[in-house]
This record gives sequence, structure tokens and C-alpha cells, in this order.
Amino acid sequence: MTDPRRDMISPAVAAERVATGLAARRNREKRFQLYGRIAIGIALAFLVTLFVSIFSKGIPGFFQHYVTLEVTLDREKLDPTGDFSVQSLYDGDARGVIRAALYEATGASGRSGRKAAGKLISQGAEQRLRKAVLADPSILDTTQTMTFAVDDDVDSFLRGFIKRETPEKDRRINDKAIGYIDTLVEKGLISFKFSDYLVFGSASRNAEMAGIFGALIGSILTLAVCLVLSFPIGVATAVYLEEFAPKNRITEIIEININNLAAVPSVVFGILGLAIFIGVFGMPRSIPLIGGVVLALMTLPTIIISSRAAIRAVPPSIRDAALGVGASRVQTMLHHVVPLAMPGMLTGTIIGMAQALGETAPLLMIGMVAFIVDVPGSVTDPGTVLPVQIFMWADFAERMFILKTSAAIMVLLAFLIVMNAAAIFIRKKLERRW
Amino acid sequence: MRFTFALVGAIALAGVATTASARDYLSIAGSSTVLPFATIVAEQLGNNPSFNTPVVESGGSSVGKKGVCEGIGTEFIDIGNASSRMKTGELEYCDSNGVDLTEIKVGYDGIVVANSKEGTPLVISKAELGMALTAEVPACADGSININCDTWVANPFQKWSDINPELPDIAIRVYGPPTTSGTRASYAEMVNQKGYCGKEAMAKKASAARGDKKGKKCRAMRTDGAYIEAGEQDNLIVQKLQEDPSAYGIFGFSYLDQNSDTLQGAVISGTNPTFDEIANGTYSVSRALYFYVKHAHVGVVPGVKEYMAEWVKHWGEDGALSDSGMIPMPQAERDQYLAAMNDLPKLTADMLK
Repeated sequence: MTDPRRDMISPAVAAERVATGLAARRNREKRFQLYGRIAIGIALAFLVTLFVSIFSKGIPGFFQHYVTLEVTLDREKLDPTGDFSVQSLYDGDARGVIRAALYEATGASGRSGRKAAGKLISQGAEQRLRKAVLADPSILDTTQTMTFAVDDDVDSFLRGFIKRETPEKDRRINDKAIGYIDTLVEKGLISFKFSDYLVFGSASRNAEMAGIFGALIGSILTLAVCLVLSFPIGVATAVYLEEFAPKNRITEIIEININNLAAVPSVVFGILGLAIFIGVFGMPRSIPLIGGVVLALMTLPTIIISSRAAIRAVPPSIRDAALGVGASRVQTMLHHVVPLAMPGMLTGTIIGMAQALGETAPLLMIGMVAFIVDVPGSVTDPGTVLPVQIFMWADFAERMFILKTSAAIMVLLAFLIVMNAAAIFIRKKLERRW
Repeated sequence: MRFTFALVGAIALAGVATTASARDYLSIAGSSTVLPFATIVAEQLGNNPSFNTPVVESGGSSVGKKGVCEGIGTEFIDIGNASSRMKTGELEYCDSNGVDLTEIKVGYDGIVVANSKEGTPLVISKAELGMALTAEVPACADGSININCDTWVANPFQKWSDINPELPDIAIRVYGPPTTSGTRASYAEMVNQKGYCGKEAMAKKASAARGDKKGKKCRAMRTDGAYIEAGEQDNLIVQKLQEDPSAYGIFGFSYLDQNSDTLQGAVISGTNPTFDEIANGTYSVSRALYFYVKHAHVGVVPGVKEYMAEWVKHWGEDGALSDSGMIPMPQAERDQYLAAMNDLPKLTADMLK
């Protein structure tokens, strides 16, 4: 504005200047869009690589090899005390019974031959046999056709991970064992089926027996505790702060703290859980109850912040109308504002839960990053969660765990997708716009 | 937020009222090297219908040794796993908390230097291995390397063949565990400290000259890219080696054992990293694995004695543990620790010397 005369240009000149710059501007626009597309392309490429690598290993991980055997269920061998108790079956020689069937099928003889043949079958076979006998005692003293998982090394061989051409000393299974496997394959006794161990089995150090069931139940229990605590507390906090709390120094400090809490690294909550619940209250380690409480602390800020946004989005006219016809503030809140804000609150809660489902760091401190075989029956039994199970499997040396790890990741991803889809569904279908 | 915490606290308190009963499962924590073996034993105990499966936490040797010493009561762990022996300082912490322990050695674990079978096999001495990966090596002021010099310079070796012309003519690149790992601590002690600075004439002399007779200062690994920290997950190192035949890796023997068809172990000072040579003590880069049992919990938490008995069933030459890569102890040592399981001798500072 210092030299007003310079600004005075004729429309013709202006049009000319615009015209000369136009191509450059259009180009700039095109370039900007191109950058955006490249960015999306890169992100998609990463995603595709991730999915391809997980799915290519994960889908075979849902299947494993089984062997079908004719097992003679000798009562005296299986139930030595004769009282048919769980302990008696455990003391019985289930292993011997299965091995006898295996020697029969493979034709193994001699000490080294039997040793090689014995290693073909999973250790879980004994448990499976005991379970079958317990479920139906009438099968004792008969011959039954039963299917057992093969050992993980045998499975790796049948999948071609362990190659026949490799010299014998560098292979985890020797020539004798391969001979027996060939016999079993020729007889058609080996089958490649959907892995029931993966879905219904619990943690195990035998790769062929390892499953996600225990971790899944642990995840559900932990999330249940987390939801029961964080949702009511989060919503109540949001409602009070948004509608009732006086705007003063104290509420301001509280607000800042909630926002800060949302940014606190999750492992810090684990340390808090360790110090308070295990240290001060002396609660046992590794239980989903504490896991749930710790994760609830972590998800609270997410829920509070999204709930407050949802409440704020309800137009003031609704409140004014309710108050105008004589409703009290609490009635206005409970009858009108909260129901209208509920979809937004639920969306925030589900996203918070999805976050909690994928967490391992805060659980490390409170002992839930552990090898836990028994399936938790309540929130006070030791338990672990899906991401922890994945983390533990990824570190075991046995090769079959690589497949099972990817399969478990697929299950976890499926849960996350379902939860996020539910959040989107609720937002799209139930949310009202004004 | 205040009342939020009050509510959480109240609920937690209510929880305590119902859960502060005796624990009916064993709680074990510690070394991630012992974990794969401890979990096998734990699972076997869990198969017995009279006992719950013990909970085995990871966390590292220090967590195992410190955790077991923290106190007496069901909120503390019963057994701590460790891949390095307890030190007197750690035992003092135990004593200060009134915790009595028994030390049980369960077996050995070899540490191997390995690479892909497609790459050049490494035949190397401990001193050369130390020279390749120790952060500083002795040299003269002008940078030349001479027996009479004792100035310490940043490790100048870029290729294996710079150290010894017979070694492969490729850049030194070794993947290994980070500082938090017990595997790395043991490796640095056995190779860098004892094999190189404690033995190789020039390094020994130079170490003494800088007042470090035992060579402890040599434990530091290179940080200039020749030694690459690959995280606590040994599987990751195995994968990297399979993809890159020119790289080497440092990890536990069980991972070499499981991948014997694609990986080969380096011959170190004329000894091979095989099951037999580690077991009979010829291959010297190996360390003992321990667990520490808290006396006050024996007979209180069900299954302590039975858990130990389960180790005995599987720690032999044909047991499930050796199948997973643990190196069994000689019979005499097995007998010694079997007796310790029954007598539970209290671990004292004298025993650790």
C-alpha cells in the first residue's frame, strides 16, 4: 500500500498476467495431486506387502498334518488303578498304547527304529487319547480309529521346509523317520486338515499343539474388565465436565490432565499397575483383572475426549427445549442429550477398546507377558492376551511357530477389523446430524 | 478425574478382598534363554491333573534374580530363571529381604557365531573374533599395529581378511543381541574379555598397561556398524542370515540346531558348535543355565518340588530339553543338583566365589 499507483493496472493487463501464470498454477495443482497419490501409493504398497507376508504364512498356519491310527485301548494299560479317575488315566500308559499303534502302522522295529517312529507323533496325542476315553468310557477295550497331530518336525518335512536332499546330519529328522513317514503317506494315513489345535488349543511349547484359545479368552476377560470400568467412568466424567462442572481453575487443570493422559506412553500405566495393584494391594501377578484395570486407565482419556465431543455436538436447542418444558437438568441430560450423544460415545469406546486389544507394553509390567497354558476361567486366574501370545511365538526357535504366529496375527487383525467396522457402522447408521 | 481414580481404587479394593487367597499355581520369571526350556517343563507339570501349569514370565536374567529376592508372599515369584550366575551383590539384596534361596543348575547353552550355508564358513580363533568385534584395539600412536604399543584406538578392521589373510575377504558384519541380553553379556565376557584381552599377547599387555588386568574394558562391542544389534529376537537374526549370505550372527545354539539345514556354525579355536562338543566342554563359548528356588515357598505354593522333579525327568541326554537345544550336564553334576533339590542348601556368598 506504500505505492498505490502501482496497484492500478488495467483489466487487460491483469488478464494477461493471469494468463501467463495460469499454466504454472495448473501444473502446480497437478503436481500437488501427484504427490498426494504417491503418498497414498506408498502407504498402500506397505500395507499390501504386510498383508501378503502375513497371509502367505498365516493361511497355511491354519492347517496342519494329522496321522490316523488304529489304537487298541487296553483298559489295564490306560487305567491302572481301575477307578477311572483323571489321575489314574494320567498315571496310565497312554503313550505306550499310541506308540504300539504307531509301530504297527509304520512297521518299526528295533530300538533305534522305535525311537525314530516314536518321535513322529505329537506329545499332545496322549492328552487327546485320555480326553476321548474320559468323554466316552465305553471305547475302552476296543480298537478305535483315532487321528492325532504329527510332530512339528514331521509337519515341516511334509510341507517341504525340511528337504530330503539335505544331508542326514543337517536334518532334524533322520532317514529312518523319513522312511516311516513315506510308509504312512503310502498307506494314506497322513492327512492335511484344518488345525483344531490352533483354534481350540492353548499355549504350548510343542508347536503342533499350540493354539490361541487361552489367549483369546484372556483377551476377552481383560477387555470385559476394561469396558466395565472405563465406559461408565468415562461417560460420567464427560457428562459432568461438559454439562455440570463450573468453569474454574480446578476443572481447567483436570481437563488439561485428561488431554495429557491421552498422550502418556502405555507402558507407564503398566508401571502404575505394578506399583499400586501388585505392590500396595498385594494382588497376584498375571491376572486379567489387573490387566483390565490398567488398560481401562489407558482407554479412559480416549473415551472421555470422544464422549465430550459427542455431547458438545448435540445442539443447544435440544437442551433449551427440554428445559423449556420443565425438565430438570438431570432429566435433560439423561433423557435427551446422552441418548443423542450415545453413538459418538460408543464409537470412541470401541476405538479405545480396539487400541487396548492390541496393547502389550502395559501388560509386561504386571506379568501378563508370560507363558500360560491353562485357560483362565475367571478374571482372577492367570491369563495372557492375543498380542502377547503372538510376541512369544515369534521368538520360539521351532519353525512351525512362524506359521502359527502369522495365523494368530490374522485372527487378531480380524478382531480389530470387526471392532473398527462396528464403530463405523454405529457412526453411519445411528448418528444424527442436525 | 479425581473421582475416577477413587472409583477405580474402590473397585480394585473390592477385587483384593476376593483374590487375596493363596495362589495355587507356580509363578516363575526370568531369563529369555531359560524360558523355552522352563516352559517345556512347566507344560509337563501341567499335564499332571494334580497341578496347575506354572506361569512362566520372560524379562531377562536380572528380572529373575531380582524378582525372586523381592520378598516372601504369593505376590512375589517362586522361582527365578537366569542364564548368568547370581552375584554376591544380588544375593545381598536377597538377604536384606530375608529371602533364602537354593541354586539349581539345569544345563548349558552354547553361543554360536553362524552364517548361511551359501556363505563362506568361518574358521576363526577366539582372539581373532575378539579383534573383529571389540570396540577398541591396541595400536601404536601412528596407527600401526605392533606388539610393543599400547595406545587404544577405535577398531580399524573393516574386512575379516584385515585381521588374518586366511579369513574371508568380506566386510565384517555381525548381527547380535542388544545390551539388555544375557547372551551378549556372556559372549562379550567369554570372547572379548577372556579370549582376546586376557589371552592374545598384545591385547593382554596393553590391557595391563591401562590398569585393566582382567580385560573388563574389552567387553564393549563395536558400535561403528560392524556389529549390528538386531533385537532380542534370535529368530530375526536367523532370518537376516538366510537372506544375506555375507553376514554372520551371534545367537543361542538351539536356533542353530533348529535351522541346521540352512545355517552353519563358525569353528571357533578349532572347536565345532555341535551338540556333542558343547556337552563335553570342548566348545567353550557356552554358559550355564540356572534357576533359584525360594525356600519359604516350598510346600506353601503347590508344585515346587514336583516342578523340580519334572526338570530331572527331562534334563538328560535323551530328554525333551536336549531335543529343543539345551545341552545336558554331565551325570556327576546332574546327581549333585538332584541332591540339592532334595536338601535345599541355602545359597551363601561363599558358594558364589
